[in-house]
Amino acid sequence: MRAYILKRFGESLVTVFIVIFAVFMLMRFMPVEGYFTREDFTEMTAEARQVYLQSIGISGNPFGQFGRFLSGLAVGDWGRSITVYPKTPIASIIAEKAGYSLAFGLSAIGISIVFGLALGIAMAQNKDRLVDSLGTLYVVVVRAIPSLIYLFLIQIWVSGILGWPMVFYADVPVSWILPTVSMALPGIAWYAIWLRRFMVDEENKDYIKFAISKGLPRKKVMTGHVLRNAAVPLVQYLPTQILLTIAGSLIIESMYSIPGLGGLLVYAIRQQDNPLVQALVLLFSVLGIFGVFLGDILMVLIDPRIKLEGTSRTGDHV
Amino acid sequence: MKRTVTALPYPARPEDVEAALFVPAPFDAEESERTGYSRYSYWRSTVRTFLKSRSSIVLLVLMISFSVFAFAYPLVSNTDPNEVSLELSDWNKRPGPGAGIFGTDGLGRDIWARTWYGTRTSLTLGLVIALFDVGLGMFMGALWGYVRGIDRVMTEIYNVLTNIPRTVVLVLLSYILQPGFWTIVIAMSSTGWISIARFIRNKVLTIRDAEYNVASRCLGTPLSRIITMNILPFLVSIVIMETALTIPYTIGVEVFLGFIGLGLPVKEVSLGNLINLGKNNFMLYPYQLTAPTVVLAVVTISFYIVGNKFADASDPRNHV
Repeated sequence: MRAYILKRFGESLVTVFIVIFAVFMLMRFMPVEGYFTREDFTEMTAEARQVYLQSIGISGNPFGQFGRFLSGLAVGDWGRSITVYPKTPIASIIAEKAGYSLAFGLSAIGISIVFGLALGIAMAQNKDRLVDSLGTLYVVVVRAIPSLIYLFLIQIWVSGILGWPMVFYADVPVSWILPTVSMALPGIAWYAIWLRRFMVDEENKDYIKFAISKGLPRKKVMTGHVLRNAAVPLVQYLPTQILLTIAGSLIIESMYSIPGLGGLLVYAIRQQDNPLVQALVLLFSVLGIFGVFLGDILMVLIDPRIKLEGTSRTGDHV
Repeated sequence: MKRTVTALPYPARPEDVEAALFVPAPFDAEESERTGYSRYSYWRSTVRTFLKSRSSIVLLVLMISFSVFAFAYPLVSNTDPNEVSLELSDWNKRPGPGAGIFGTDGLGRDIWARTWYGTRTSLTLGLVIALFDVGLGMFMGALWGYVRGIDRVMTEIYNVLTNIPRTVVLVLLSYILQPGFWTIVIAMSSTGWISIARFIRNKVLTIRDAEYNVASRCLGTPLSRIITMNILPFLVSIVIMETALTIPYTIGVEVFLGFIGLGLPVKEVSLGNLINLGKNNFMLYPYQLTAPTVVLAVVTISFYIVGNKFADASDPRNHV
């Protein structure tokens, strides 16, 4: 087990390194004007610009730049924002904003697990009946229509009907509800549709038919076998979802003016703040990679059917 | 399912047994096909399973008619979707007589025409992306499956591409490249092909040595027939399903990129630009968002459901 974790961790580190390298090199294709505020660019002479670029570590050999960038990352230096929060260290911006995204994201995950699993179970139990059709309708609408449209209509209409504020205020708790619920909508659909599918698959298996025909109570079969087995594949994605809550939802945070990291990325893109975009993209990628890593580990821990390749062999070598 | 089995030529007398036992049988193409012959046809069963549900028929008709209309619209109408009016009275006209079916926008442009031109752009975008994804995915997947030496490299590429959230790749590439049609194609296809390649690789590994293919080979079935009857049906159904599901996804991505300011240039007519413009004017002129949304929703939902239903129907396990 420990060998497996170490191996997967090593793989993840390699992936992280490749991603940092790729992102950094891709960003070198951007025109260097993206590293000046508009005033600075017009005021500086050509030499001053060159000196400035050198001072923030993006002139000369790209591989040398990459080396300096890596050693900066190692000591927590993420560079400085340029246009969004001029001259502010990015690490401190991220530290300040991650909390908002985390709080909204975790509440949304909680809601989507509870309601999504409930909906999925209800749909599987009433397969091909009204509940199933309504649930499918919900899933199709949420997944097929671009989320921007229905999120926007919810923001306008629901806040209008209920008389709630249309944007987020840190000191008005009622303004927290709509963004949280909006964030949970796709998650509910995701949990519902997959749990339904896995449960239906599981129910058709021979051992379930056998358990029912030998007289085991249906409820016991459902909770003890069907649900338990159907939930296993879903658990794998939980760490990714939790970690990526830090990234926040780009659309919702920006719509409701929530000062989180998702809204910040949208704003940084619109303001052409290269170092900030780069740092956020890297952060989100690394979170994604470690989410997959933790998901794989979790999967091995909860599913006794998974046999690790090489585990039996480790004994022989010792 | 009817099954015709040819009667075995049992010999009547014991001495004939000896003679009949070791007579080499000449290869007969027709005869080899007749043994175990069933009237099962993959495509007929797929179509029949698909058409069994009435809602899929309705949605298929909607999907085809909307797509055909979007591409045929320039033939039936000569309204220019980019024609701007300088008359104040032509701006923001509500739907009705003299203002077109969907009214006009803030520059007097006809929203009905813009919706269909936009649908055409979005469908083209989706089709091109699906083509790249499927083409590259099948080619690399076949290579990945057959050439054992590149398995490690490909697996590493797969891990890198699938571990990063897709939205992040999309946003990064759109940010670096100039906004435009091909930027979205590149941003989408750079990650889209890998899952198809992985799927094909697994299929290559399993199908090639599957028992029914080994059996076919033993019966002397020519390679061309193995490919067309045993392997191609798998791939064709993947192509159709991926294309159908890529279109709603692409439309969603285009709308999203437009929202964060990385979509198609504003001068191009697309559903994403229409939606984002309509969203900005929603408070005063809600029809500018809701009207294109109706068409968009019919397109995305019909493609999404038809794609999923087809995926179910093309699975032989669902055939009766």
